[in-house]
Amino acid sequence: MTIAVDSSRPATAGDYIALLKPRVMSLVVFTALAGWLAAPGDVSPVLAFAAIFAIAAGAGAAGALNMWFDADIDAKMKRTRLRPVPSGRVSSADALAMGVVIAVLAVTTMALAAGWLAAGLLAFTIAFYALVYTMWLKRRTPQNIVIGGLAGALPPAVAWAAKTGGLGLDPLLLVLIIFMWTPPHFWALALYQRGDYAAAGVPMLPVTHGAKATRTQILIYTLLLAPLGMAPVLTGLGGWVYAVVAALGGAGFITLAIRVARSKAGEGATTAGEIYAAGADDRLARNLFVFSILYLFVLFAALIAEHGLGLYAPVFAR
Amino acid sequence: MKLSDDEVRARGRRNVIIALALLAFVALVFVITLTKLRDGIVLGPG
Repeated sequence: MTIAVDSSRPATAGDYIALLKPRVMSLVVFTALAGWLAAPGDVSPVLAFAAIFAIAAGAGAAGALNMWFDADIDAKMKRTRLRPVPSGRVSSADALAMGVVIAVLAVTTMALAAGWLAAGLLAFTIAFYALVYTMWLKRRTPQNIVIGGLAGALPPAVAWAAKTGGLGLDPLLLVLIIFMWTPPHFWALALYQRGDYAAAGVPMLPVTHGAKATRTQILIYTLLLAPLGMAPVLTGLGGWVYAVVAALGGAGFITLAIRVARSKAGEGATTAGEIYAAGADDRLARNLFVFSILYLFVLFAALIAEHGLGLYAPVFAR
Repeated sequence: MKLSDDEVRARGRRNVIIALALLAFVALVFVITLTKLRDGIVLGPG
């Protein structure tokens, strides 16, 4: 394996921040904040900040551990080859050390601020992402992102546990929504970036089972996700704002998934590279990928608006 | 291995950032402890 080494400049703080996958961190913080605000109770803003900070740090640690272990794969993919480790600006040992140290600090902070349940859940989330997804599933099975998606789905429940000291149906629903959202989101990306995954030997569904099977699986998961997205309305967690957003978003998601299912997306020549770059046949998959991000964002933004800004008006009494 | 001037400066900047991050962590633990003492919390908010 050849790794392009950029030794033209020493590593900067920005390279180490990039190890933490800031874009993933921001989504994790967003969903965790929604979980925190939606959870019942009144907790000091200091402890709220500490808990959300610990979740963000935990996500960053998991990202660094992922970049440490996956440097060989990242070096082969156009989308990831400029990451700090494969580009040679940060050593593998530094990435590993940073991941482990930040993970320990994150779990310690959570234990201090919010108790052992939240700290245990956070530790489980980091370990699941680094050990189960990154080291075990990612290179072995096309179900990698289905099972591994649990790690990305847990932050709202971690935040809920941090605030209340317990769990229940509502945080479980939020976890299930993200869990069910993950496959269509990543498979839409994998459809138009399949060449990258194939070159790196990552067994994503379009690589192992072809484009048609992937498009069908995307539709199946979307048909499960859309009604699941409405479930918080039934429990009273989501009010009118959430109900409208979830209904419209779910309808849009299904519409795009049907278009992708009926298209030839993922069958032409690949244009792997930039995350949003797609050839003519693949644009529907790219559009679905972008919409999926928007869908999750507005769903949790609705919860934040309802529970954080006082816009909550129940459709059904809690 | 002898480091270049650029590398020495970059290492110095990284060391300062690590020191600041550690100080921030210590401050965070201190503030968490004060808050929990003030609110009478023994284990966690729950």
